[in-house]
Amino acid sequence: MQYKSQAVAKPYFIAAIALFVAQILFGLIMGLQYVWGDFLFPHIPFNVARMVHTNALIIWLLMGFMGAAYYLIPEESETELHSPKLAIALFWIFLAAAGLTVVGYLTVPYATLAKMTGNDLLPTMGREFLEQPLITKIGIVVVALAFLYNITMTVLKGRKTAINTVMLIGLWGLALLFLFAFYNPDNVVRDKFYWWWVVHLWVEGVWELILGAILAFVLIKVTGVDREVIEKWLYVIITLTLITGILGTGHHYYWIGTPEYWQPIGSIFSALEPIPFFAMTLFAFNMVNRRRREHPNKAATLWALGTGVMAFLGAGVWGFMHTLAPVNYYTHGSQITAAHGHMAFYGAYVMAVITMISYAWPQLHGRAANSNKSQVLEMWSFWLMTVAMVFITLFLTAAGILQVWLQRVSDNPLPFMVAQDQIALFYWMRE
Amino acid sequence: MSEAFTTSTARNIFYGGTMFFVLIFLGLTWHTERSIPQRDARAMLSDPMVVAGKKLWETNNCIGCHTLLGEGAYFAPELGNVVARLGSKEAVKAFIQSRPVAGIPGRRSMPQFNFTDQQLGEIAAFLEYVGQINTAKWPPNIQG
Repeated sequence: MQYKSQAVAKPYFIAAIALFVAQILFGLIMGLQYVWGDFLFPHIPFNVARMVHTNALIIWLLMGFMGAAYYLIPEESETELHSPKLAIALFWIFLAAAGLTVVGYLTVPYATLAKMTGNDLLPTMGREFLEQPLITKIGIVVVALAFLYNITMTVLKGRKTAINTVMLIGLWGLALLFLFAFYNPDNVVRDKFYWWWVVHLWVEGVWELILGAILAFVLIKVTGVDREVIEKWLYVIITLTLITGILGTGHHYYWIGTPEYWQPIGSIFSALEPIPFFAMTLFAFNMVNRRRREHPNKAATLWALGTGVMAFLGAGVWGFMHTLAPVNYYTHGSQITAAHGHMAFYGAYVMAVITMISYAWPQLHGRAANSNKSQVLEMWSFWLMTVAMVFITLFLTAAGILQVWLQRVSDNPLPFMVAQDQIALFYWMRE
Repeated sequence: MSEAFTTSTARNIFYGGTMFFVLIFLGLTWHTERSIPQRDARAMLSDPMVVAGKKLWETNNCIGCHTLLGEGAYFAPELGNVVARLGSKEAVKAFIQSRPVAGIPGRRSMPQFNFTDQQLGEIAAFLEYVGQINTAKWPPNIQG
């Protein structure tokens, strides 16, 4: 750690990991509910567990992104953070808001929570991933703006590099696109159309800029390859990301009432979306092969390589599998989607945040790397988690193929629940 | 990558390429807004029952288990075509109303929401409206 103020990243990383554990716990509950239908019913119905699962994911990744920004922005800008105090205050506000929201989800019926928190003033709740009460959403905007102010001021007074510029564009994009969460027209087609501006343009757009910046930062540190080379790669990757990803939004506009020209547009551009992920994999391996130093933090290097590979498999390959309109006609909204969602989030964002934490954590404690013993343990956890995610994805894919066949393709399509009973074996294996 | 291709070239391509595709996307958005009135059954939104039904749909987090036009959770059946699947709005209302409070032992169970008759009518009206949207023939069959 070169700048004292980088230490504000610590609580963000701790909270991120804690929320990750909570996310996994609620994921296990949901997985069990798939086969043991009334497990915890009616106290924690599936929809509540799912809200906690997905919202915890979003919040911990945001925590991770903020922690990563607080760590890398001062180092890239070669100056102390504009206001470390503000960063710490925002941490507690964000954590309290997240905690209260989860307590709300778990203790009162959702409809009551909506009433209590002013959803009648501006109805925004009850849409997938954007279930947060209005006050939580406003809180997210306030925290995001104050955070952006803090890091933007830091970059402005210091050195401007490709990495901190791309990081800033990604984070500003994230905050601005979130504003569409407040737009909820009565018209379901328009509601869904703009809902994707938050969801798709986050994960297949601006979040990839953040991912690219984090990866580039860690690769410079662990490989010692020239900044010039790494920054060129970064720009190429994010160019590919946005020229495919923006019109790739069209792959969500096939069956929701939007015009049918979105079928060819969405198919073509989203079929190209694996390319930036493939470039990311090449990038990571290339840089590590051309390394000019042997950084003692081998675990962080492993996470960085893993991010490239798993993001390409999860987001790239598993995304491509069902993105073409004629295929998606059958797979839309099935377990295939779930399989892709899990490996894509894990490979791209979970692993990117862990890469950053793995690199930064020893540095924040005044050492280049952890002891050999703890690195071995960390590598074990890398392989365990990654192999587990591969199997979750494979089982859900098998479940999805059977579901699509039984419910949508066969001569005598089965009702949803009948088909679900037939594929229960795969849900058990996933659990 | 070759010497002629510098970082600033890469940066310029990034800004130029992104702007170009953002503009195309905004153009297509404008065109989509112009064409969806023929597809989105918006006339039905003049019925306050439909609008109230959407709000009930949201404030009870139905999307947390079900899909609507294929989007949502995959724990419970698709509801975009549920009025057609169950045969009538009355059947949809009866289904929601008859959910046991304690669930069905061992089975995935829908909560009992204790809706009033008025609210049941609103939800059914909302689901009927969604069923009228032109979804390019999705889902492939009535099972959703």
